[in-house]
Amino acid sequence: MRTTRRQFLSLAGGVTVAGTIPIVTLRPLRATPTMLNTAIRNVVGEAQIRTGKVKLDIPPLVENGNTVPMTVSVASPMMASDYVKSIHVFNEKNPQPNIGNFYLTPSSGRAQVSTRVRLADTQKVVAIARLSDDTFWQVAAEIVVTLAACTEEMN
Amino acid sequence: MAALINVPSKARRGEVIEIRTLTSHIMETGFRHTADGALVPRDIITSFTCRYNGTEIFRADLFPAIAANPYLSFFTVAKESGKFEFEWTGDNGYSSTASASITVE
Repeated sequence: MRTTRRQFLSLAGGVTVAGTIPIVTLRPLRATPTMLNTAIRNVVGEAQIRTGKVKLDIPPLVENGNTVPMTVSVASPMMASDYVKSIHVFNEKNPQPNIGNFYLTPSSGRAQVSTRVRLADTQKVVAIARLSDDTFWQVAAEIVVTLAACTEEMN
Repeated sequence: MAALINVPSKARRGEVIEIRTLTSHIMETGFRHTADGALVPRDIITSFTCRYNGTEIFRADLFPAIAANPYLSFFTVAKESGKFEFEWTGDNGYSSTASASITVE
């Protein structure tokens, strides 16, 4: 069947109207500081978290939040009697508060881990280290992000 | 799947060496929508393990906040000649392995 010009125009108009109806989402799209605290407590439990020992290397200003280089290192002799058991990294405003958990052993030699992360907004990143004596040490860094990751539309 | 592994081929006994790994994976967050509003399902690598002659020396839990094509770098003490085995596992039954050998003298 041939499409007349009138039929085509009314169809095209209908599609445009449907396309402009806003899509309402009720789910919160970003983690809140409360979610950050809950995520940290899930790992740490009731233990006290002290500041220090951990170093977080991450650029303070990021143009593209899709891939942000990050290095976490912990001052530790890495001997069987005193080593870093694990390193946990969290964020404040991505849709989910976790970034990664890294498990080390005394034979790691150096307590340092690097990866690349996504940041959805200008926010705080927190790194927490669990030592072999089950004490927790943390450091936080503020990062300004100009292009957000995670939630953009897919093309 | 393609993976890039960087391990020194030779090391002195007791030396601390860096291991760098990169694997190709989309790491779809599960938070993105297509242009017509449908949620793109999550598809990420959730776990990475490195074994040195059969002993686990490093493990990581990954989340959607890890960038696409996950890069990981970590350290270990070169104790003996042998093989490093790497394994990535993830959503939808994803599994990928790689290995590298080292001579310790």
